[in-house]
Amino acid sequence: MNSEKLLTVSSSPHVKGPTTVRGVMRDVLIAMIPAAIVSVALFGFRSLLLIAVSVLGCELSEFAVRKILKRPMSLGDLSAAVTGVLIAFNVPSGLPVWQLLIADAAAIIVAKQFFGGLGHNFANPAIFGRIVLLVSFPQAMSAYPMPFAWRVPVAVTTATPLGTISSLGVSGNIADAMKASDALPGLWEMFLGARQGSLGEVCAAALIVGGVYLVIRRVISPLIPCVFVGTVFVFMFFAGHFSLYFALYEVLCGGLLLGAIFMATDYVTSPTVKWAKVVFAVGCGAVTSVIRLWGSLPEGVSYSILLMNILAPSLDKLFYPRVFGAVKEKKKKGAAA
Amino acid sequence: MRNTAPGAVLRAVKRGRGGVHVAYNKMTAELDTVRIPVPEKVVIPMSQHIGSPCVPTVKVGDTVKVGQLIGDSDKPLATPIHASVSGRVSSVAPVTLHDGSTLSAVTIESDGEMAQWEGIEPPKVESREDLIAAVRASGLVGLGGAGFPTYVKLNWKPTQNVDTLVVNAAECEPYITADYRECIENSYDILSGVYTLQEFLGFKNIIIAVEDNKPDAIEILKRVADHDNDKGDAIKLMTLRSIYPQGAEKMMVLSATGRVVPAGGLPADVGCVVMNVASVAFVARYLKTGKPLVSRTVTVSGDAVVSPKNVRAPVGISVGELFDFCGGFREQPYKLIAGGPMMGFAMVDTDGPLLKKNNALLAFSRTSEFVKPLSDCIRCGKCHSVCPMNLVPTNLMNEARLKKTDALSAHGVMNCMECGCCAYTCPAGIPLVQYLRLGKALVREGAKK
Repeated sequence: MNSEKLLTVSSSPHVKGPTTVRGVMRDVLIAMIPAAIVSVALFGFRSLLLIAVSVLGCELSEFAVRKILKRPMSLGDLSAAVTGVLIAFNVPSGLPVWQLLIADAAAIIVAKQFFGGLGHNFANPAIFGRIVLLVSFPQAMSAYPMPFAWRVPVAVTTATPLGTISSLGVSGNIADAMKASDALPGLWEMFLGARQGSLGEVCAAALIVGGVYLVIRRVISPLIPCVFVGTVFVFMFFAGHFSLYFALYEVLCGGLLLGAIFMATDYVTSPTVKWAKVVFAVGCGAVTSVIRLWGSLPEGVSYSILLMNILAPSLDKLFYPRVFGAVKEKKKKGAAA
Repeated sequence: MRNTAPGAVLRAVKRGRGGVHVAYNKMTAELDTVRIPVPEKVVIPMSQHIGSPCVPTVKVGDTVKVGQLIGDSDKPLATPIHASVSGRVSSVAPVTLHDGSTLSAVTIESDGEMAQWEGIEPPKVESREDLIAAVRASGLVGLGGAGFPTYVKLNWKPTQNVDTLVVNAAECEPYITADYRECIENSYDILSGVYTLQEFLGFKNIIIAVEDNKPDAIEILKRVADHDNDKGDAIKLMTLRSIYPQGAEKMMVLSATGRVVPAGGLPADVGCVVMNVASVAFVARYLKTGKPLVSRTVTVSGDAVVSPKNVRAPVGISVGELFDFCGGFREQPYKLIAGGPMMGFAMVDTDGPLLKKNNALLAFSRTSEFVKPLSDCIRCGKCHSVCPMNLVPTNLMNEARLKKTDALSAHGVMNCMECGCCAYTCPAGIPLVQYLRLGKALVREGAKK
């Protein structure tokens, strides 16, 4: 009788699926490996140093703040490591390490832990970290070394392709102007990553490989990335006077793929229900395009995601799904109540 | 999603919304059903169905025989209860069931004879009313796990225009093989049960639905369905995708017929009746012999059981006796479950009796399948994407925590069927079903006020 008292009694279901928070974060880290390898190949071992420092900075910030606030330790869930890699992916390889550490601390302490830690933050910490850097150190954040420059003794820093396009100005023969410009790499080079840019954003191929891995592992659904990128494509197609070349170029440019695949899909800060996700992604795409075309900044991916992060909870409410089998009238009643 | 009106052409979609892939672990699938020796005593609770409990019709000291009525009630939904062994009534008193609830029960000390009651004779069935009365007298409740009285299910209103019978052989819960064995061993009873129901209840379509992970059952049921070929092929066998909870009534209706059961409604609202395959076979046997529901097939399984089996056992036998019959426990079990691992109830001890609705008794040791570290919700939305009812469990959880009764009912918490997909899939290990049950209780409480 004594032994029978040891039986566990709890609510059903009694079996649990294999997915854990740690497992999800580990999959995201794995998905970022191809982009990390390419960044080392393009920008040298300094990019590896930045990624390592950033991961360490985020984990240390997380550890310190949890300790000071006397909250249970959360290093094991690897979410800080994901933030760390993402922040490193968002900076040029020449960024001073201390500036990177400031971004890490801001992201983890202010954007994440002040709101209660993983699951409670309203803004993507990595996006927040990047924006802190953009407004604090605009000089360092726009000095992009040429790809493979680490092999030559004198490194040259230039503007990114996006900056160059901005300076060309969008007109009817934009595609020809872009093809003629010496400062702009071709489409294939853009796809493979041989261009100036932040560590993780340059190689579209590596990012897509990571995205496909996440979709296959069912960590993310392809909905947000596809709609986000699709919206930018359609926007640019019309803005560039129906130039396919220009639209494709814009998709491969800047941090769009990195943002769409790894940052807009962040569980915590993106909506939960299907149609809210669609509107969220369309909003991200539209704001990105508007900033790129008419804003004073060359790039708008991080601002667009941050803006839509703020709207995400409201979108979830607005597109609250109808219960299976519920008729439309009932929904109206529910909305009025 | 289509909302096909009753009577419209059936369009199967083969799978419903949401759902999860669970490891099936049907270890007992190939094992013939074995009969357990007559127990020394049985404890038969007076409520083995959803609805009002029965009142005992016997008193201490009475001699009863197998199949004799020992409990009945006039109240709605009450289903009669019969003695499962012959012997002497030793007590009529409240007992604690394995889910912890207390209920009046009749205890019978067996004489080991299993003598059949003299009053047992095949019922005369000539009309729909006769059949429904006979099904009530048989004490049949849904054998698939919920224990809903079958006679109530069959007694639909004429306005509901029911034209379709779905015979549910999906058995989507892991481990359980009781229905599977029924298909393999008693396929003739299934056929004859289908014919009987069709004759008296006038179904136009009969669909036997089974998941595609049971090829042997599919083959046998195909023979059952093809038996009708020369009569115009009214019986169809449908192979559904194996995904949990394929066997849930509303999902089953959607998968097999393409009809959408309205929220808060029953399958009869779209002209369908879903019956468990074992229940159908039982109807056929009852009409032939008149022997009421006093025993059932139960799967005894789980990694803590020495030799898992499919056991034919009298209702009321102690759970511990069934586990002992299957070789006892390999080690001290971590959890005992009556029913499947997704929807079953955890038992507090092994003293409780086997109920009519228990299709499985499972014993598990502590493995990673059962424990997951608990953390805060990361808003991944997986609970929503797997919910067959299209609810947002994480949102309902927050509303239940804050006791927002109005929001809970507006967001449809009462539609939750507690299938467990959300809590199964949650990466943060949150017991979402428990929160949803809390939410449902809050709404019910609010409605009373």
